[in-house]
Amino acid sequence: MRRISFTLILALAFPALAAGAARDTKLSLVAYSTPREAYGQLIPAFQKTAAGNGVSFSQSYGASGEQSRAVASGLDADLVAFSLAPDITSLVQKKLVAKNWANDKWHGMVTRSVVVFVVRDGNPKKLKTWNDLLKPGVQIVTPNPFTSGGARWNVMAAYGGALRAGKTPKQAETYLAQMWKHVVAQPASAREGLQTFLAGRGDVFLAYENEALFAQQKGQPVQFVIPKATILIENPIAVTSTSKNKPQAQAFLKYLRTKPAQRIFAQNGYRPVVKGVTQGLNFPNRPQLFTIKYVGGWAKVEKKFFDPRTGVMARIQASSGG
Amino acid sequence: MAASAEALPTPRARRSAAPGLAIGLSTLYLSLIVLLPLAALAWHAHGWDAITSPQAVSALKLTVVASLVVALINAVAGTAIAWTLVRDRFFGQSFVNALVDLPFALPTIVAGLTLLALYGPKSPAGIDVAFTRWAILLALLFVTLPFVVRTVQPVLLELDTEMEDAAASLGASRFATFRRVILPNILPAILSGVALAFARAIGEFGAVVLISGNLPFKTEVVSVYVFGRIESGDSGGAAAASVVILALSFGVLLAIGGVRRWTTRHDR
Repeated sequence: MRRISFTLILALAFPALAAGAARDTKLSLVAYSTPREAYGQLIPAFQKTAAGNGVSFSQSYGASGEQSRAVASGLDADLVAFSLAPDITSLVQKKLVAKNWANDKWHGMVTRSVVVFVVRDGNPKKLKTWNDLLKPGVQIVTPNPFTSGGARWNVMAAYGGALRAGKTPKQAETYLAQMWKHVVAQPASAREGLQTFLAGRGDVFLAYENEALFAQQKGQPVQFVIPKATILIENPIAVTSTSKNKPQAQAFLKYLRTKPAQRIFAQNGYRPVVKGVTQGLNFPNRPQLFTIKYVGGWAKVEKKFFDPRTGVMARIQASSGG
Repeated sequence: MAASAEALPTPRARRSAAPGLAIGLSTLYLSLIVLLPLAALAWHAHGWDAITSPQAVSALKLTVVASLVVALINAVAGTAIAWTLVRDRFFGQSFVNALVDLPFALPTIVAGLTLLALYGPKSPAGIDVAFTRWAILLALLFVTLPFVVRTVQPVLLELDTEMEDAAASLGASRFATFRRVILPNILPAILSGVALAFARAIGEFGAVVLISGNLPFKTEVVSVYVFGRIESGDSGGAAAASVVILALSFGVLLAIGGVRRWTTRHDR
């Protein structure tokens, strides 16, 4: 009698176990915060495909660097999607992601974007180029590159923009230092940056195109300019080497690079990594677009610019008042 | 109210049935919740330049000074609010009483957002202090409001008004009565509240991070600086900086505790 009631309780408590233990798999997706809305549409769409049948998801979103550290310290993840490649590289060093994670047609990337100038209505200060940011009185808002990994895209966009304008690397560093004198607020994250700008601070807010488009979709009065020379942001994704559901995780990864999935990303403001899915959407080409490789690649850039002790940006921050 | 004060049992008269067990449990609990994490933090700390760099020193100075100022303002304003709540009767009093605790209930990041909307560039009141050091004071005052009010309030409630009447009948002015009769009675409570407010202010992150603008050497508080170190992969330096903050706070809390004991020396 006792045994029967115990089984009964088990069955009542875990109906899922009894019903579908054989075919259900649950994938854990650990991602940075901005693509949350996109994944909210992508996951149901994937579940309607043959490969996604019977696959459910647990999702966790947060700041890219924090999510990466959480996985490094033991948070279960089958898939990791971050804002920038170094957050995956740090997991490779801990043997949580395979070394060859980026060895595919897309170099491990799933979405793209560009760094843009979010400006006040009508662009009253006529800010179009990186040099315009040095005009007297121009006030810049950008997230702090030491608290927001994503803000490093902004710094490298400015640096590369100066290189594209014909400056030498040394002169481009000087440009960064001059530009930084115009920075009037350094919020901790991109979303806080938008809040700060919308609250009325600054003439220009350095942001990603997808964030600016997202804000527009949400009805915020946001206008933006894409400088001629700007950086192509590339957001990585990878299956972890600790995943117990690798086939399903790989299938989801494969799905994310299909045209229907990339179309959903594009509708959410991201530039796609495959061609032919942007009909009806406006992602203007920029002739002087460059990638992180143009400014040295992440490994070099992290060390040269963002080492908290010796980096160029640490020095620029220190000279801003010390 | 005077009668209820006399009816209170004196705590000293009661003795724990099993003092050893109580002490053991308290120690175990404190170790698990407070001491172990702090020890782990100290263990993890390396790279003392994280706290000796000019940027770190500037952030630390700003935070300590702001926290001290906030604690002092709280000492006066908190006591005044507690006084009003206990001694005055006015319409909506219980509403105001409940209002005092709200800063605790509000997620601090929401507090920052609200303060930014109210006292930022688009302030409906025409007060724009956002992204200045005043903004830091404002945010810290908001989140520390309840401490002094809530430590002083119960003591004021228990305070025997007959003492004040006696002082008045002996010809003491209202100010003299306050200074020589009331203040000595509530000072330990004020100091407890001040200590709590200071400790809370020195570590505050959420309410400050949005409204301060986080400009190094100008408006960057130490918690934001530590956050930057963590995000840059320098968790050892972040731990080192945190240990220094903790040591400083501990020193200030000990000092306040010392003053508190000194003011109550006649009770023992």
